[in-house]
Amino acid sequence: MDIPIPQTVFYLFSFIMVAAAIMVITVRNPVYAALFLVLTFFSAAAIWLLLEAEFLAIVLVVVYVGAVMVLFLFVVMMLDINLAPLKEGFVSYLPVGIAVALLMAAEMLVVVWTRDRFGPEIYPVPAAAEAGTSNTAALGELLYTNFLLPFEIAGVILLVAIVSAVTLTLRKRSGVRSQSPSHQVRVKRDERVRLVDIASESPDGRSD
Amino acid sequence: MLDALLELAWIVIKILAICVPLILTVAYFTYAERKVIGFMQVRMGPNRVGFPLPFIKRFHLLGLGQPFADVVKLLLKEIILPENANKFLFVLAPVMAIAPAFAAWAVVPFSDTMVLADINAGLLYILAMTSLGVYGIIIAGWASNSKYAFLGAMRSAAQIVSYEIAMGFALVGVLIMSGTLNLSEIVNAQRGGVFDWFWWPLLPLFVIYFISGVAETNRAPFDMAEGESEIVAGFHVEYSGAAFAVFFLAEYANMILIACLTSLLFVGGWLSPFAGVPLLGDTILGTDGIFWLLAKTAFFMFMFLWLRATFPRYRYDQVMRLGWKVFVPITIVWILVAALLIMLGVVVRGS
Amino acid sequence: MNTVVRYFKSLMLLELFAGLSVTMRYFFRPKFTIRYPEEKTPKSNRFRGLHALRRYPNGEERCIACKLCEAVCPALAITIESTQRDDGTRRTTRYDIDLFKCIYCGFCEESCPVDSIVETGFLEYHMENASERIVDKQQLLAIGDRFEAQIAADREQDAAYR
Repeated sequence: MDIPIPQTVFYLFSFIMVAAAIMVITVRNPVYAALFLVLTFFSAAAIWLLLEAEFLAIVLVVVYVGAVMVLFLFVVMMLDINLAPLKEGFVSYLPVGIAVALLMAAEMLVVVWTRDRFGPEIYPVPAAAEAGTSNTAALGELLYTNFLLPFEIAGVILLVAIVSAVTLTLRKRSGVRSQSPSHQVRVKRDERVRLVDIASESPDGRSD
Repeated sequence: MLDALLELAWIVIKILAICVPLILTVAYFTYAERKVIGFMQVRMGPNRVGFPLPFIKRFHLLGLGQPFADVVKLLLKEIILPENANKFLFVLAPVMAIAPAFAAWAVVPFSDTMVLADINAGLLYILAMTSLGVYGIIIAGWASNSKYAFLGAMRSAAQIVSYEIAMGFALVGVLIMSGTLNLSEIVNAQRGGVFDWFWWPLLPLFVIYFISGVAETNRAPFDMAEGESEIVAGFHVEYSGAAFAVFFLAEYANMILIACLTSLLFVGGWLSPFAGVPLLGDTILGTDGIFWLLAKTAFFMFMFLWLRATFPRYRYDQVMRLGWKVFVPITIVWILVAALLIMLGVVVRGS
Repeated sequence: MNTVVRYFKSLMLLELFAGLSVTMRYFFRPKFTIRYPEEKTPKSNRFRGLHALRRYPNGEERCIACKLCEAVCPALAITIESTQRDDGTRRTTRYDIDLFKCIYCGFCEESCPVDSIVETGFLEYHMENASERIVDKQQLLAIGDRFEAQIAADREQDAAYR
């Protein structure tokens, strides 16, 4: 019997991913939820690797798992979240929630279940890239030629986001005794130490 | 089917061929640490524990048996589970710390032909793996349900995330110089004399990469995560026995990884420094080989210890200032310089 | 201008290299460590270690059970019981020192009129049971016999200052 390895791996990782994603929204403890989200991202990265999109897969791990989720965990662990108030009004929000979920399910069904628009027949498996092709290079080439303008605009938007985030948190408070490391490291010996020559004296007052 | 199994066994053998020497290196790195720091403080360091030999009594052998004594001690001690700790995550955390530390070694090439997985995105893979190590620390800190552990975890997480940026930018400089993400090709792009290695055109990035590496592995003078004098032992304060040993192993494996990467990315990996030199170039010293990589790695490992013996611990705000306000700007400027160097043809790849 | 020079200097990491060079120099210095069981530091002849009871050269024990040491001992570590021996001299029947109580002050030695109780220079002793902390007369005499040469030499060296 021949086990089709890529399919097995795909189903394994998609199962983990879906299960973890369900756990994210059902589990009580917010820290667990964040950790399950990490697992979801990780499985998604593994599936992308199967699709030979190694750049995207690894960037997903670096950016989302390595940085974003760390900050998430950071916040979730710091906050003392009381779960009871969060659960209030669950019933009143339920209809809206169900409506949104149904809408999304319907949209996905429109895409997925229409046989002549989606499926292996319409999108056949692309030929495997020959060994040695780097999709990082391919991606870079596209980004810096065909999609240079959108790429730059995205960059500028991110820059604006950084600047605005900094300005939002930057506030000068008066009356705060804070240290400024850049001043501290600039201290020179001459400013702090004064060497004074004092003649040594013996007990009978005679200096020698 | 049999072929597949054989292939799998072969891969496992190769993995073991990396991991077992790595663990032994970690063992003797701890010995070297105690010895080197001892020597710098004008002490002897461990010099008692030797190997029991049948005929020679009291054969101390410079204390070379010390790491094994430590390992046996740690493994035999009880793993204490704190009453209010989150038991599952508490046990999971050491595993989370050590898995990426070892996984990153998969793509590290040891010489032209010796590499477990010669993948195109090797450098990115390593970046991803090193960024995962922080989970072990955060989870350990949170699951311990101890304030000291939690403070240590918070400090460590913020520090690692910050220094990863400087580290990533330093790597971008290497990428610009080499034009590839494949580690073997990066080393080959440095072919030539000592001044063709990337440490010279990328000197600031080289220094920043190594210092960020020290910060990334939570080593002195950036060991706020442990900060014995302030938060007793930081994130692993509640760990004992084998669980503590695993954290220890992960930390040292990460240090060795950083040392190895620095030698691969900046000082020519397995390339010989005497390659073009007239007299020495013809002897064994002139040939490239794994021993050059090992020698360079050993040097950077020594640098870790040297730094620890020399500098006092940073204050936390100083660490953040150094990472964000000093390293990040310098790396960004030098990426520009590196790009110009390549564009104007000052540095030629693989000359 | 000053600022530029300062930035340049700090970027050259001059101070860090100065620090590193210091540790490297010390790396090659001869080490201070004494490898204890094989090497030992010189010890003063006045060192106050394990106690001993001395004898005269003819083998007679010195102690006359005057109990001055028992009286002077600030830690109450000494217990003495005495009796009259057949030859009419007063001798101890019991001379116990509790080594856990003893603070090694040397008052017993100072107070002894016949130089019987002394503190030797011996410090490498241990006990495996708590009950072993009490050394009795026979043990003390045995210790004295064992270290007599050293005890005598130490007292001889110190005699000029007494």
